[in-house]
Amino acid sequence: MNLNSVLIIQNLFNGLMVGGLYALIAVGYTMVYGILRLINFAHGDIMTMGIYFAFYAVVLMKMPFFLGVIFSIFATAILGFLVDRIAYKPLRNAPRISALITAIGMSFFIESFAVVFFGSNYKSFLKTLGSNSSIIFKTYKIGKIIIPQITLYVILITFFTLLILFYIVYKTKIGMAMRAISADIPTTSLMGINVDLVIGFTFALGSALAAIAGVMWALRYPNFYPYTGFNPGLKAFIAAVFGGIGSLQGAVLGGFLLGLIEIMLITLFPSVMQYKDAFAFLILILILTIKPSGLLGKRSIVKV
Amino acid sequence: MEKLSNKTKTMLTIFIIVFFAFLLFLASRYLDSYRLRIINLMAIYAIMAVSLNLINGITGILSLGHAGFILIGAYTSALLTLTPSQKVSSFIIEPVNPIIQNLHTNFFVATILGGLMAAFFAFLIGWPVLKLSGDYLAIASLGFAEVIRILALNAQSITNGALGLKGIPEYTNIWWAWGWLLVTIVFIVSLVKSSYGRALLAIREDRIAAELMGINVFKHELISFIIGAFFAGISGALYAHWLTTIEPKITTLGPILTFYILIMVVLGGLGSISGSVVGGITFALLMEWLRNLEDPFTIFGLNFPNGIKGLRLLVISTIFILTMIFWNRGIFGRNELTWDSIYRFFKRFKKKRGGK
Repeated sequence: MNLNSVLIIQNLFNGLMVGGLYALIAVGYTMVYGILRLINFAHGDIMTMGIYFAFYAVVLMKMPFFLGVIFSIFATAILGFLVDRIAYKPLRNAPRISALITAIGMSFFIESFAVVFFGSNYKSFLKTLGSNSSIIFKTYKIGKIIIPQITLYVILITFFTLLILFYIVYKTKIGMAMRAISADIPTTSLMGINVDLVIGFTFALGSALAAIAGVMWALRYPNFYPYTGFNPGLKAFIAAVFGGIGSLQGAVLGGFLLGLIEIMLITLFPSVMQYKDAFAFLILILILTIKPSGLLGKRSIVKV
Repeated sequence: MEKLSNKTKTMLTIFIIVFFAFLLFLASRYLDSYRLRIINLMAIYAIMAVSLNLINGITGILSLGHAGFILIGAYTSALLTLTPSQKVSSFIIEPVNPIIQNLHTNFFVATILGGLMAAFFAFLIGWPVLKLSGDYLAIASLGFAEVIRILALNAQSITNGALGLKGIPEYTNIWWAWGWLLVTIVFIVSLVKSSYGRALLAIREDRIAAELMGINVFKHELISFIIGAFFAGISGALYAHWLTTIEPKITTLGPILTFYILIMVVLGGLGSISGSVVGGITFALLMEWLRNLEDPFTIFGLNFPNGIKGLRLLVISTIFILTMIFWNRGIFGRNELTWDSIYRFFKRFKKKRGGK
């Protein structure tokens, strides 16, 4: 066991950051699951596309970085909307397993799309940022504790984004429609709400958040390639299940907890570093056997 | 409805197997090694598809962990057929574990042990995973396959880590590959026809109703999972001795392989064994044919001197999604290709012609 207070505090920030990114991706899973009972397998890959959109906006269209990110958010939102329209909408009334398999196919499709059009080699934001790339390496120093600036930015942006999300879901009309649909689709459609449009909006919203998370992910771990989103995608899904899938607060809580647990385990037991990716799955199995509905999830009873 | 007698059916089956064996004999005599490799791959894919279909299609539990079992079968068998000196020379970073170093058997025993090892892991994983249901089970099994891959990547002294195992003897020939496919089909078909298989189908149709009929759902699912994993391990052993080099990568023995197998199963028809065989064979051919896209080609006057890398997978996944949306029964649906169905088909065909 490695007990070094400086290291622990530094890694607390790291854990918050990684956890925040998991949370941002996890809310996308949980919103879609809450409404359609569908694991959007392609969500992690939508995040990858968010990274590529931002990257090409900056490299090819010579946009300033900030504008590039805004462009990517909108482009990814449209992508999310299209994925739903093309692949999932035709299967709304099909057995759930068909929709899930289609989602896996969609994930595979987006990955190969990225390989064909963007190449399978690693790319990085470092070169494109040029003189601005110092943002990645600059650090704050408080006593002995060193925290990279980017970590703090990521944490702040994550909190800000989540606040906006909660505002949209709980204070606006479309948010109300989303919550209504997750409770009862047929009744909601009787109330004169365009269900398909709202579902499309949910996908777009989740994808926009994934784009934000993706760009920050790519700034923190600078190399990305077409399969980058696979692992964070799986982890974020686990985070969503951990917190109670279908519950927004649960996804946020699960994301932060998962990130913190992961980073803290590595900090305390550096020798298990290589097995880092295995923890998340063990947590998944544990939580599903002990409390299948997750930390904040509601227990549903299946009627025969 | 008229039916063929059991005796005729057995005769026909034996005849078709002998006929097929004769075709394979001709192929092994007259085809070049490239074509033979594809023919072997067809059988390997078919075994993978049939074994996944037992779990996904017949028992109705969506497991995405198949690549993990294939990896276990591949590594177990490869470590058993590599000679001790080969192992010593290829384990550069960390010397090979002495127990594993001196283990050496022939290909047949190695294949069986590969299957048994995969079955053993399925037994361990099955306990927690099969307690879950539906989507959770899918993710958890995918997760376990990833854990297995990560273990293979890091257990340096056993698996040689990221370097993988190289120089595995190319033992998989046409007889081993198609022979094992025959064994797999015969085993799984007789399993499905037994009372045990009926119970699996009942579980697929309605878990709760099956449980009320006195079927021990968990036990049945576990056994189906283990048998599926056993044949996945066998196919992994064949695959390793077909590839001759194995590495624990996402694309070769990771989730992508599971996706491939899922595509074969869905294409052939989820729940149909004959469908899986056809799906596996079709997929091997399709992948090989689409390889043209990654070689130099010209289309509409546009010239691609190096082909387009990755286009093959893009086409495959597009076909997959379209299949799911417009044709989600696949080639066979849940039906099997039996002598009765062929007989009925020809009778109907005759009637139609007679009517004219």
